[in-house]
Amino acid sequence: MLRIPVLLAALSVLVLAGCRPGSDSEGLPVVLTSIQNKGSDTIVNLALAWAERYQTVRPEVSVAVTGGGSGTGIASLANGTVDIANASRAIKPEEIETARTNGVEPMEFIIARDAIAIIVHPSNPVDHLTLQQLSDIYSGKITNWRDLGGEDRPIVALSRETNSGTHVYFLESVIRLGDSDDQTLFSPNVLLLPSSEGIGAEVRLNPNAIGYDGLGYVTDDMKTLSIGIESSGPFWAPSADTVNDGQYPISRDLYMYTAGEPTGIIKDYIDWIMQPEAQAIVLDLGFVPNLE
Amino acid sequence: MTEDQPSSSGIGAAQGVATSSRGARAPSGSLAERLIGRAIQVTGISTVVMVVLIFAFLIREGLPAFVRVPLSSLLSARWYPIEGYFGLLPLIAGSLIVTVGAALIALPLGVATAIFIAEIIPDWARDILKPVVEVLAGIPSVVIGFIGMLVIVPAFRVALDIPTGLTAFTGIVLLAWMALPTVVSVVEDVLDTVPKTYREAGLALGMSRWQTIAKIVVPAGKSGILTALMLGVGRAIGETMTVMMVTGNAPRLPSSPFDIFQPARTMTATIAAEMGEVAQGSTHYHVLFAVGLTLFVITFAINMAAAMVVFRRTKRAERMLS
Repeated sequence: MLRIPVLLAALSVLVLAGCRPGSDSEGLPVVLTSIQNKGSDTIVNLALAWAERYQTVRPEVSVAVTGGGSGTGIASLANGTVDIANASRAIKPEEIETARTNGVEPMEFIIARDAIAIIVHPSNPVDHLTLQQLSDIYSGKITNWRDLGGEDRPIVALSRETNSGTHVYFLESVIRLGDSDDQTLFSPNVLLLPSSEGIGAEVRLNPNAIGYDGLGYVTDDMKTLSIGIESSGPFWAPSADTVNDGQYPISRDLYMYTAGEPTGIIKDYIDWIMQPEAQAIVLDLGFVPNLE
Repeated sequence: MTEDQPSSSGIGAAQGVATSSRGARAPSGSLAERLIGRAIQVTGISTVVMVVLIFAFLIREGLPAFVRVPLSSLLSARWYPIEGYFGLLPLIAGSLIVTVGAALIALPLGVATAIFIAEIIPDWARDILKPVVEVLAGIPSVVIGFIGMLVIVPAFRVALDIPTGLTAFTGIVLLAWMALPTVVSVVEDVLDTVPKTYREAGLALGMSRWQTIAKIVVPAGKSGILTALMLGVGRAIGETMTVMMVTGNAPRLPSSPFDIFQPARTMTATIAAEMGEVAQGSTHYHVLFAVGLTLFVITFAINMAAAMVVFRRTKRAERMLS
């Protein structure tokens, strides 16, 4: 019989302890607020860098960033579980539809640009490809580096999983060369890796491999190929200049979506992202700033 | 043998005493005891209820797939769900290859290791080895996948001279490694329960140590070894993270036995990779549940088969002993 009062006493101590910080902070003017930001794995490092820098600009606002893929982010925005969705592709009509049925009107912001780099092992002698050759590699028509002017080695083509915005972009813009009637698919022999890290590891270690990834994920221990349209050239290496000049053929816009016209701290954050200070971080991470 | 009989009846008698004493105390009614009894009852029932609910949920979400997608399409060889290709064969083949391969490696090695630990080495060495094996069982699968991706994948590519190390075979080896501690631990426990008198009887009959192990101890623990196999297979077929990291996930349909040195995509990796992105209620969503349902049915069939075999064996063993 003694135990229950003891337990109650312990509980009330806990409850009181829990209350105390609240009553202390009553006197302070600072109100902690947070922005939930989720979506594309391509953008996650950039979004994290922005969130960290924003801490120094507006210490009272904390931005929580998570990845998961463009579709995941947009779905969460439609559910109302996040404030800002990151996407490496434009929102699809059916996603807008889903959002509207939940009473959410997505607003689009182009926050940066990204070039998809084609990466190979540093020892690979091939240094440029045409879009058509890339399409043939990934649809399984070219299977040996010999046919591309390289060594007699089998090609191991690596791709992100189908849930990645980069995968869909690559399918539409490279494999199908932007032709919406084209029904070409990834060859079933293409390896689908769940992360950028998986592609990076295999490209670093395997001289047979070819992969694609956002320019921001390319490190010094892999080789990027120059890409051209015509087999006679010219070929362009992916860089901020070639993307902004519209030369490098595999580049795309990166987006943030908000639920309706942003207000309050969300509006402040988006406005800050569009400013030169935040766009400088874009360049640091290997993406291309939105200069408009 | 004669030693065993009284001891086992002794346990029975002790249980009898325990039951009757509990029966005597029950009316006076210790509240705590009744609550604990009820709690255990609820937990026990809830396990069964949960399995039934999971099955019902899988059927509810998975069956629409068979209505929306024609069977001929589900049984085709192309899996590319974002364009409406829902061929399950490459995924089923991928899971079966990886699981069967892992079982073929893990079972003989695991049983041999367990025999070595239980029967051959001295007690002090056993006291070291057994905990070490059990620690091995606790390594998270993502860690094994990470080691696999960075160490084993490149090593296999060079050693086997194959285009890439991200193959079904890599998955098989890593899964066997993960299933091994489970198999060793369970089999060792089973061999431990084989009465010492069996071994003494064998040796007394002039059998060598090896003959005693092979003809008496292992057959006596057969049902336990089968249980170990099932646990190992269960771990292998359900494993997701490691497989997703090292098998390359290419949904290709294997055409020859040498295709184990090619990438493969398993059912678990497919569900894990695609479920996060899929729109709820879409055909792709239902097909992923159908994949889960297939996985469930396969596991269930394996467990049923094992249970039946174990049941038959115990009966025969009992006949032999009586």
